[in-house]
Amino acid sequence: MKSFKFDYIILPFVGIALCIAIWAIIAGKPITKVSIDDFGDKVTKTVRVGLSEDLPSPTEAWAASKLYVTQPLAKRGELDQGMLRFTWLSLKLVVQGYAIALLIGTPIGFMLGLSPAFAKMFDPIIQILRPVSPLAWLPLGMVLFLSAKFTVPGMGEYTASDLAAIFTIAVCSMWPTVLNTAVGVRAVPQDFLNVAKVLKLSRSKTLFKVLLPATLPYMFTGFRLSLGIAWLVIVAAEMLTGRPGVGGFLWQQYNALSYSHIILCILTIGVVGYVLDRLMSVVERRFKTI
Amino acid sequence: MNEIIAMPPPRTRRNYLELSQLNKTYHTPKGPAVIVNDFNLDIAEGEFVTLIGHSGCGKSTVLSMVAGLSDATSGGMVLAGKEVTGPGPDRGIVFQSPSLLPWLTARENVMLGVEQVFYTATKGERLQIAEYYLSVVGLADSMDKRPAELSQGMRQRVGIARAFALSPKMLLLDEPFGMLDSLTRYELQGVLLDLWRRQRITALMVTHDVDEALYLSDRIVCMTDGPEAEVGDIVEVPFARPRDRVSVMEHPEYYALRECLIEFLEIHAHHKKRIALPKPASTTSAAA
Repeated sequence: MKSFKFDYIILPFVGIALCIAIWAIIAGKPITKVSIDDFGDKVTKTVRVGLSEDLPSPTEAWAASKLYVTQPLAKRGELDQGMLRFTWLSLKLVVQGYAIALLIGTPIGFMLGLSPAFAKMFDPIIQILRPVSPLAWLPLGMVLFLSAKFTVPGMGEYTASDLAAIFTIAVCSMWPTVLNTAVGVRAVPQDFLNVAKVLKLSRSKTLFKVLLPATLPYMFTGFRLSLGIAWLVIVAAEMLTGRPGVGGFLWQQYNALSYSHIILCILTIGVVGYVLDRLMSVVERRFKTI
Repeated sequence: MNEIIAMPPPRTRRNYLELSQLNKTYHTPKGPAVIVNDFNLDIAEGEFVTLIGHSGCGKSTVLSMVAGLSDATSGGMVLAGKEVTGPGPDRGIVFQSPSLLPWLTARENVMLGVEQVFYTATKGERLQIAEYYLSVVGLADSMDKRPAELSQGMRQRVGIARAFALSPKMLLLDEPFGMLDSLTRYELQGVLLDLWRRQRITALMVTHDVDEALYLSDRIVCMTDGPEAEVGDIVEVPFARPRDRVSVMEHPEYYALRECLIEFLEIHAHHKKRIALPKPASTTSAAA
C-alpha cells in the first residue's frame, strides 16, 4: 500500500477498529423475547445470541470495566481494585523475581561463555529446565517455601505464596539472560581479547574493561527477553496463588462469571508488557557499545 | 644458508631479538600441518625489519609468535636478553584492524595501555603520555572521539599511538596499513616513520607491499611460501635515513631492489624450493 501523510498514526487505528469490529461480530448480543405462557401471561426473557453468546460485546465490556479504568487507584477490596493498583501489585512482584533472575543469570551466562568445562557441565541441565512452564515451577516453589514466612523491613511480609511466585518468575525468566550472555561472551572479537592479552590486563580489568562492555549489547537483549517472560509468568503465578494483581483479578473474575473484566485484564497485561518492552529497548539502546 | 644481497650486515652489532628454529605446527585430523619451519632471524637494536611474503605464507604467524599471542611449537625467542614466553606490553603491537575498544574514546584506548605500563606514574603524567602520542600522530583534536566517529586512517593512528605510548622494547606491526587506501597509507607510513625516527624502537613489520617494505625498513626478510615457510632471502635496504619518499624512489638501487623482491615473490608463488636471486649489482646499472 502506498504511504500517505500520518499513515503511522492512522493505520494503527484502522487496524484496531477492524479488530474491534470482528470482536463485535463474534460477541453475543442480548435479545429480549416476549412470549405468552400457558397461563396467558406475557413473559419477557432475555437470551444472548451470537457466534459466542457469552462473549461480551465491546460496548458491554467497556461499560463493565469503566469503573476500573476511570478509578485506577481505588481499593474496594482485596480482589476489587483499580487497574493501576493491580498493575502496581503485579509489577512489584515481577521486579523482585526479575532482579533475582538477572543477578543469578548474568554470572551463570559469563561462566558458560568463559569456561568450556562449565558449559559442558551445565548446558544439558539448562536445556532441560528451560522449556519448563511456569505452571510446573510454581508448585515446586510452594513446596520449597512451605514454612517460610518472614518480614523484610520496608518491603512488607513475605508468605509462601509470595516467595513461590518470585521463585517461579526468577527461574522462568532467567534463561534468555543466561543464554544471551553466554553467546555474547563467546562472540567477543578475538581482537579485543588480544588487546587485553598484549597489555597484560589483570583478570578483573579484562572482565570489566573488555569482556563486560563487549558483551553488554547481548546481555541487554537477554534482559529484555527476560523481562517479557517475567511479565508473562506473573499471570500464571497470580492465578495459581490467588494473589491480588492483574492475573489474580483475571482468574477471580472468570470464576465470578464477569467475562468483561477478563478482556480488561488481557488488554492491561498487553499494554503493560508493551510499555515494559519499549522501556527496555530504550535502555538497551543506551548501552549499545558496539 | 641465506644469501645476503646488497650490503652485508655489520657483524659487530648486538642481537636484540633472536628467533631461533621457530616452528609452528597445527595438529589437524589429516596429520600435522607445519606452517612455519626452522625460522631463524636476528634483529639488532633499533633496526626496522620487514617480513615479506605471500598471504598465507606464515609471516603473520611468525609475528604473532613474537607477540606471544600464539605459542611456538618448538624453537626459542630472546628479546633483550630475556626469553619471550607470553604476551606482554614490552612489545607494542599495531594490528591490521586497529582493534580499538569501541566503547572507549581515543584517549581512553591509549590510556588503557599506558596505565598498565606506567603504573607508578601519577594520573596526570599518564594522561600526558597518552595525549603526547595522540598529538604526535595528528589526533590532538580527536582525543575524545570514539572509534566509530573516526575514519579508518584515524583509527589506525590511534593504534600506532597506543603501541608507541607503551614505550615498548619492540614494535610489532602486522600489515598495519593493509586496510587503508593508498593515499592514507602513504600518510600513515610517514607518521610511523616520524615516530620511529624519534624513538628508534626495534621494529618487526609484516607486509606484502614491496614499496612499503623498501620505504620503511633496514632489512627485508623474504619468506618462502607456506606450508613449512622459512626465511628465504634477506635484503639489506641501503637508503640513508632520515628518508623521504621522493629521495627513496629516486635512489639508483630502488628499482633494482624492487624488481628483486617482486621476482622473489613471483618465483615463490609457484615453487617451494628456494631459488637464488640474481645479484642486484648486475641490474643496478640497467635501472640507473
